[in-house]
Amino acid sequence: MANILSVSLSPHVHGRETTPKLMRDVLIALVPAFLTTIWFFGYAPILITAVAVISCVVFEYLIQKYLLKGSKTINDLSAVLTGVLLAFCLPTNIPLGIVVVGSLVAIGVGKMTFGGIGNNPFNPALVGRVFLFLSFPVQMTSWPVPKGFLTGYTDAVTGSTPLSVLNESYDKVPLSGVMSNLPGHEDLFWGNMGGSLGEIAAGALLLGFFYLLWRKVITWHIPVSILLSVAILAGILWLADPVNNIDPLYHLLSGGLMLGAIYMATDYVTSPMSKKGMIVYGLGIGILTVLIRRYAAYPEGVQFAILIMNAMTPLINMYIKPTRFGEEVKNG
Amino acid sequence: MRKKDTRVITNKRDTVLKTFPVGGVHPPENKLSAGKAIVNLSLPAQVVIPVSQHIGAPATAIVNKGDVVKVGQIIAASKGFVSTNIHSSVSGKVNKIDLMPDSSGYKQMSIVIDVEGDEWIDTIDKTDMLKKEVTLSKEDIVKRCLESGIVGLGGATFPSHVKLSIPPGKKCDVLIINGVECEPYLTSDHQLMMEKSEEILTGVTILMKGLGVEKAMIGIENNKPDAIEKLGKLTEKYKGITVHSLKVKYPQGGEKQLIKALINREVPSGRLPVDVGTVVHNTGTAFAVYEAVQKNKPLFERIVTITGKALAKPGNFRVRIGTPVSSLIEAAGGMPGGTGKIVNGGPMMGKALGSPEVPVVKGTSGIILFPESEAKRTKSNPCIRCSKCISVCAMGLEPYLLMTITERALFERAEKEKITDCMECGSCSYVCPAGRPLLDYIRLGKSSVLKMIRERNAK
Amino acid sequence: MDSTVIFTVVSLSSLGALSAVILYVVAQKFQVFEDPRIEEVQNALPGANCGGCGFAGCRNFAEALVKAESFDGLNCPVGGASLMDDVAKLLGREAVAVDPLVAVVRCNGTPTHRPRTSVYDGIPNCRVAHSLYAGETACGFGCLGLGDCVVACKFDAMYMDPVTELPVIIDDKCVACGACVKACPRTIIELRKKAKKDRKLYVSCVNKDKGGPAKKACNVACIGCGKCFKVCEYGAITIENNLAFIDSTKCVFCRKCVTECPTDAILEINFPPRKEKVEVKASDETIA
Repeated sequence: MANILSVSLSPHVHGRETTPKLMRDVLIALVPAFLTTIWFFGYAPILITAVAVISCVVFEYLIQKYLLKGSKTINDLSAVLTGVLLAFCLPTNIPLGIVVVGSLVAIGVGKMTFGGIGNNPFNPALVGRVFLFLSFPVQMTSWPVPKGFLTGYTDAVTGSTPLSVLNESYDKVPLSGVMSNLPGHEDLFWGNMGGSLGEIAAGALLLGFFYLLWRKVITWHIPVSILLSVAILAGILWLADPVNNIDPLYHLLSGGLMLGAIYMATDYVTSPMSKKGMIVYGLGIGILTVLIRRYAAYPEGVQFAILIMNAMTPLINMYIKPTRFGEEVKNG
Repeated sequence: MRKKDTRVITNKRDTVLKTFPVGGVHPPENKLSAGKAIVNLSLPAQVVIPVSQHIGAPATAIVNKGDVVKVGQIIAASKGFVSTNIHSSVSGKVNKIDLMPDSSGYKQMSIVIDVEGDEWIDTIDKTDMLKKEVTLSKEDIVKRCLESGIVGLGGATFPSHVKLSIPPGKKCDVLIINGVECEPYLTSDHQLMMEKSEEILTGVTILMKGLGVEKAMIGIENNKPDAIEKLGKLTEKYKGITVHSLKVKYPQGGEKQLIKALINREVPSGRLPVDVGTVVHNTGTAFAVYEAVQKNKPLFERIVTITGKALAKPGNFRVRIGTPVSSLIEAAGGMPGGTGKIVNGGPMMGKALGSPEVPVVKGTSGIILFPESEAKRTKSNPCIRCSKCISVCAMGLEPYLLMTITERALFERAEKEKITDCMECGSCSYVCPAGRPLLDYIRLGKSSVLKMIRERNAK
Repeated sequence: MDSTVIFTVVSLSSLGALSAVILYVVAQKFQVFEDPRIEEVQNALPGANCGGCGFAGCRNFAEALVKAESFDGLNCPVGGASLMDDVAKLLGREAVAVDPLVAVVRCNGTPTHRPRTSVYDGIPNCRVAHSLYAGETACGFGCLGLGDCVVACKFDAMYMDPVTELPVIIDDKCVACGACVKACPRTIIELRKKAKKDRKLYVSCVNKDKGGPAKKACNVACIGCGKCFKVCEYGAITIENNLAFIDSTKCVFCRKCVTECPTDAILEINFPPRKEKVEVKASDETIA
């Protein structure tokens, strides 16, 4: 009896990469940063991340099943990643109810209203974060200072972050005096500073970056483009006016720039598709970040910069195309 | 993890492994039949020879039911310029000339011959002796290719005499020989290069004369170091031919990618290789040309790789055209239980068969048997816009965009996005993490756009 | 009164007046003259923009109707004869009588009749499957069951039957716009003349292979034997390429061909059951 053969169009083999594998690699890359933050902030990060991840997954499952009436999508781990990234943007003393609300907005508004994964124009974690920032400004701007990993969830002591101090000091007092009271470059690199869950340890985040490059999950174009443009613009400002500006390295290591550049801006769905487009996108984010930090009312500009450039992504995709093989010869 | 590419340089002017710059994937090679010597497949009881085994107009049958034919006898005549002759691969009696299913399942006019003995026409030189001296003139070489039914044996089956006829106004300065065999599993070209090296090089010399060029470059992928070394040494005796190693990357064997890698010229969109001064032929074709010109032997048999992970004896066979694929599978140990898919060609660009009772034709380079576990496609999920399809596209296209445009039937936009440039290599579908059938949609879009262009030109 | 208020009122009023003047002048200067009847005809048309008339939408059709000398070849299948009469009255012309049509799927290759010999694994699109290979069966002409026709129908008149794996046409909703006919890559669907009580009589096969292979692939295939052709007294049947075809404009529904057909390839739909001849035997008579 002849076998019933399966007939399909070519190709008849498939590579080994799948969406869950890519998401898993990003989660693994975030582990060093997670461990660093536990070291400095205690077990509060574990609680917040767990709540964020669980609520994101549950919301996506419920919305997919009852509102969109589609098939199960939580297996691709993108909801888990959104939960982790959202948690990494929050202060460790944030009330858990706010975390749940943030998850609902991130998944429900940021991702599901557009039709689920692949269709959203804005980074869902950032949508959640900005929503919380604007709705709960007090809770979202009281940043705990590191007290060591035995700190309990409710023991956090809040203080100012380097960027918030700088924001208040620009053009008012010479910065050299202010800088002596702020954590130095080394503290910023290792994570001994106030800030949100995920943004403190620049070094650990960079470790994750190299992991992602090795596993070919992302390419160097977006993060390097962002960091270089921040460095160059901050450098220009600093050289022009060293009294009222901080050095570029401080800009690179402080705030959520590392987290944003490596993990948020490189989100597949909301970033451009061609390599040249990615560089333009990174350039835009870098410039906007420095401008918002230095001249606008907010101390940190990364989240807005990324969201603004997310809006530009379709335009970038439209006009910046990859190099075609055999561009039409003009004559003959 | 892939095996590291070790450099095998035979050509002293090459300092690095040549490759094409944009795109490409690295599917696992699975060359299960590598090194297996070519074996003649025993003659079947009946052959089914379709009259259209090539691009262009089908040939017209010139025999009738009941005629007795000999091996090498012409049984169908070429019709028009882009067409070629078909010859009998067996001796026996013509059973019928009727519509028979071909590899696509659709029925095609074919000549069915009941095999009796193995009598060849007496003009063929059956000896195995190498004949290096080329006595035919340029025009006669081209004519002999048409008379002998030579087509591109890499799989495209374009009539070779057409490729050797340079259109007026265009010129050609180098011949490129495709010894790449970039598709996984296939080894027929490799084995032929090892066993019939000098014959192939003589064939290349004949092609050079037929084209009127002084220079020929043979490109071989780096996973065949024995072939590179053997041919590299032998080319010292053949004027104008050089052998070059190429980095192992699919689709290096694609015409345009091969030309770019070897001579760094890009064939413009919508044009042919002759527009950048070169013509590409497969090594199997070079061998067939040698046999046609030096031995007066028309094309009626070819080397076919039969392979598969569950197959008992994967190997390379010399098969007469028209032999059913099932005979080939039998010779390799029989159809393994649990075979889920049979592919005619390579796994990236080959066509899946609906049944093994179809004939081997001039374009059949290999038959691959996949077990059921590998036969079904992965589930298709929504596109996550990771842009991996763009980074592997060897033609610099944007497969995700072409797929979306085709789904929405925006064919004018698809034409602008150069969907017709797609060479259907399959790299995009291969690499997509969401398992989307990108190439299915792109093919649909291509056929719709070509239909639209035809209708537009007809007005 | 506040001078601000007066100033505001005056400036806004003059701005409004100026805008009105500019708009009026522009409207007059750039006005496109068009036959007012086009608008009237367009309003009378159904507005479905289905393309069944052969024009790109109802507006286009309305323009064609107004320009045309006679209504020959112009018909809206959705509205049918009554609509064409109304339009004819509007334009003061004669309506041309056109037979109403209905779409018919000419394939009966269910899994029981036509065994599946392979499995198609790919996007559910008939055009793609058709270009790939002959299909999941040995019949390279028959329905692929992937539903391009169902997707093309804008009037919700078609659905795919999961048991027979063939498309089903809902006669009441079908307006014979022809979208499904164009969508099918194998031209299996045909627009046939509509008969009373939705009766249909047609050869449910488009297989052009010789009888032997056709029957091997599907046991209700038309083998081109010609028996139907011989028995038809009205010249409605033609045999070409091993396939019989019944002309719906000539068929009178005598149903002789249905009984003659050895493979049951000809289908009769919505007919009453035939009366069976009852043989009365003497021994069967019962005495009450």
